[in-house]
Amino acid sequence: MNGAGTTGVARRIIPCLDVRDGQVVKGVQFRNHRVMGEIVELAQRYSEAGADELVFYDITASPEGRAVDHSWVARVAEVIDIPFCVAGGIRSVPEARRILQSGADKISVNTPAVRDPDLVNRLADAFGAQCVVVGIDSIVSDGVWSTRQMTGDPDAMSATGRETLAWIEEVQARGAGEIVLNCMSSDGTRDGYDLEQLQAARRVSEVPLIASGGAGTAQHFRDVFEQADVDGALAATVFHSGALPIDKLKESLAAAGIGVRPC
Amino acid sequence: MKLAIIDSGGANIASVQHALQRLGATATFTADRQVIASADRVILPGVGAAGAAMDHLQQQSLLSCIRGLQQPVLGICLGMQLLFESSAENDVDCLGIIPGRLQHFTAAPGLRVPHMGWNHTHQEQADPLMKGLEQDAWFYFVHSYFAPLGPHTLASASHGELFSAVVRKDNFWGAHFHPERSARAGARLLENFLELS
Repeated sequence: MNGAGTTGVARRIIPCLDVRDGQVVKGVQFRNHRVMGEIVELAQRYSEAGADELVFYDITASPEGRAVDHSWVARVAEVIDIPFCVAGGIRSVPEARRILQSGADKISVNTPAVRDPDLVNRLADAFGAQCVVVGIDSIVSDGVWSTRQMTGDPDAMSATGRETLAWIEEVQARGAGEIVLNCMSSDGTRDGYDLEQLQAARRVSEVPLIASGGAGTAQHFRDVFEQADVDGALAATVFHSGALPIDKLKESLAAAGIGVRPC
Repeated sequence: MKLAIIDSGGANIASVQHALQRLGATATFTADRQVIASADRVILPGVGAAGAAMDHLQQQSLLSCIRGLQQPVLGICLGMQLLFESSAENDVDCLGIIPGRLQHFTAAPGLRVPHMGWNHTHQEQADPLMKGLEQDAWFYFVHSYFAPLGPHTLASASHGELFSAVVRKDNFWGAHFHPERSARAGARLLENFLELS
């Protein structure tokens, strides 16, 4: 048992499921894609495999001017018994409320927060900071980390004029309860998380910080927990492809002395 | 078995109902004193701030009803906090069933607030609610205020401070975590609650 001054809280392993038009997309190799049922099936599979949390990200919502189609959220909530977060195109307190009432534990805002920063305050006031995650897409530009919006659509993606570290500080002051930092230069590379950027983000984050982008091996997870002190690590392809089973990942992290919840 | 979930004003009770459904139990979500008093089991859930929840229960005239319940009652997260005497959150008086005052976690390097995520617990006392659970069972926590240790503590956890993760006084039990989001361990705890005699 840990004593005062320490915590027993586990580092979280978080598979991210990209959703488009009600289907999980992006190279999921468990099964051939099927409409609707697949989201629930994959959620249940990851839940049973030992994932600590799931993120569902509607990658088309913001560019097309839509809100998240949340009809599947209630079905996910019925079957899984771990927390999950819904991201993508949430622009208002009523939209967030519908998703939370359907059984989601958290909602995550990215582009809508950039365009309407007060949205973060309104969400935190309505539901508490613990429900409000702010997602940030970040890339080096002219030697500084800066944020991007509309990253779900390459044609619509653009700079926001905000530097990443200043934006992290601002959204925390506005009531964000967690930060997901997606480092775009490493996203999809499977060459490892952007440790330098995550270390800098850690120094300005008092709330939980989740690393995103670049995971390819168990060593990458170990590196980001040990060197950037993040609270959780999010990944998609490395889990969907079956390349890194969650139980094997957690065994390897535990053997390295990193506190994880056993599967 | 009649199972009542008290309407404590929070937005998200769907996950509690779903968890009970997965165990084959159907619960009534209600603020009706008669329905609550006549239920075989009562769950007091809660998400949000202690002050708002106590205001809500008072407006529904539920305070003396809850204090007088004789059947097994389970407070979950904020619902567990409300069983105590008072909370530093909004400096509010709570139900006063269990002695003690909720205090705020202090953020420090390596200690994030809210305390959000999976943490392991340490059983301090054997109890039917904890039957079949591993000594260091893991549960999912989301909270910024913590309940102190005391003679009512059944299980503790650590986040800068040691605090009460599971409590009991007579027929009132409380879980500081979310059993409905705590995988197999959480399901087992809820099942144990339904089977209490």
